[in-house]
Amino acid sequence: MTGAAVVVRGLHKHYGETRAVDGLDLQVESGEVFAVLGPNGAGKTTTVEILEGHRHRDSGEVSVLGVDPARADRNWRSRIGIVLQDAGDQAELTVSEVIRHFAEYYPTPRDADEVIDAVGLTEKAGTRTRQLSGGQRRRLDVALGIVGRPELLFLDEPTTGFDPEARRAFWELIRGLRKDGTTILLTTHYLDEAENLADRVAVIRDGRVLALDTPKNLGGRAASEATVRWIEDGTHRELATSAPTRVVSELTARLAGPSGEVSGLEVIRPSLEDVYLTLIGEPLPVAATKEDLS
Amino acid sequence: MTELSEKTVAAATVALPSTLRLGVARTRVELKQFFRSKDSMIFTFLFPVIMLMIFATVFSRQGDVGPGIPGGPISFGQYFLPGMVATGVMLTSFQSLAIQIPVERDDGALKRLRGTPMPSASYFLGKVGQVLVASVVQLALLFVVARVLFAIPLPTAPGAWLTFLWVFLLGTACGSVLGVAFSSIPSSGRSASAVVVPVVLVLQFISGVYFMYSDLPTWLQRVAEVFPLKWMAQGMRSVFFPDAFKAIEVRDSWEHPMTAVVLAAWLVLGLVVGIRTFRWTRRGDN
Repeated sequence: MTGAAVVVRGLHKHYGETRAVDGLDLQVESGEVFAVLGPNGAGKTTTVEILEGHRHRDSGEVSVLGVDPARADRNWRSRIGIVLQDAGDQAELTVSEVIRHFAEYYPTPRDADEVIDAVGLTEKAGTRTRQLSGGQRRRLDVALGIVGRPELLFLDEPTTGFDPEARRAFWELIRGLRKDGTTILLTTHYLDEAENLADRVAVIRDGRVLALDTPKNLGGRAASEATVRWIEDGTHRELATSAPTRVVSELTARLAGPSGEVSGLEVIRPSLEDVYLTLIGEPLPVAATKEDLS
Repeated sequence: MTELSEKTVAAATVALPSTLRLGVARTRVELKQFFRSKDSMIFTFLFPVIMLMIFATVFSRQGDVGPGIPGGPISFGQYFLPGMVATGVMLTSFQSLAIQIPVERDDGALKRLRGTPMPSASYFLGKVGQVLVASVVQLALLFVVARVLFAIPLPTAPGAWLTFLWVFLLGTACGSVLGVAFSSIPSSGRSASAVVVPVVLVLQFISGVYFMYSDLPTWLQRVAEVFPLKWMAQGMRSVFFPDAFKAIEVRDSWEHPMTAVVLAAWLVLGLVVGIRTFRWTRRGDN
């Protein structure tokens, strides 16, 4: 599989006066994990639900696995997997029953027991779903999203309510799916999740993409100045530089004793969180503001 | 957690499962959920049996019905049975779907299904299967209780059972499509039973299920005649009463043709409205 799994050009979706999605462009390549970050109300869920075929768009071009989701058929639905944000359905069925049942919908499903095991619900297989904890329920949702062996998996805030251990296990699961060639589009509030999982990240605010890059480079993160800190003559020193490696080697030559160590040496790059907060805190670009007023 | 096996299959070359096969699969899970839910067990499935037991016990001392009519008199339990059959059909078809579907819409079940390759037709086949199986079991239980506990005679003539069959099938179909059509009225899953149950209750009271229909004021009879439950109850009376008892009907007749016409009209209306109004997502969620 090569080429783009998802192509979005100039997507608009308005609810009355509210522009939930306002000229959004993005492209998800086949086989990558693509994370959509953004504050509440940024348009993440609306966008993803348009891509899933759950919502209609007002305008713009959308292609998902080569098909317009507004004209989706059964064959297309068998190639995607969807993990919605909130669900408490099928309360009276057991974990195993729900997963086996949903597997029947697909032409080439995964083995139900394997899926149950993969999401760590083997011990809960015989439990009615209404008795599951929030995190277990969420893992069931993920299981139902992957049981059909999708080429493209949508995950809308998949790890909300997970404890740190379950989140790590979930990340492993996603990495495994990626290794199998599944394209994954996920929305998340958690920056560490995006940083750990995603090949590329889009930051969305006010229904449009503010930045789109690898987690390492997002918002010019790799190119931006690093801070070098060290201790010299008993005082803390700090230098902002675009060439931290050179600074460190100079410091080493000048200050390192026989041990080869520079006392208190630290090189600090802006975290993804710093970049993200800067991005979503920025005022709207001038051009966009003009468009809003016209 | 373990890794998923890397077996890759070309999806396009394998056929999607058939609509009918998935309809049967849906019926299975619908029935599991129906029989595991306490609400649907007590207020839908067992309700007619419980009511029959209460009424047949309480009113047994008030004497029999229709002493002067050939084939009569009949016990109060027997008088009450057809109304409970009609009620059972209405509860299991109309009430259960009109409550179940808004709940499924609200809790995301419908949206989840919409995101899978399951065809819509399979979903509705599953509902039909649920209603048919649940009501057949429900009525069988009602007949056993009537016969064994209250010695109520059941018809033996094939003609009576033929009437039962068409009234039952038409009534079930009518109740099911109306349940689907009505499911768009409650604004949320939580309010569904509060909206549906009073409608069902009022219909029961004016349709001759709990009272003798002929005892109702004429204007109320005219109102009830608009709705299907009155006709289902009357059709069932024609099955479980001696034929001469049509003398106690308002028009001295079982009015079979009219029963078929009214039920069929509601069936068509329900289909048209249901197809136009059914939605997989919550209101404002599109």
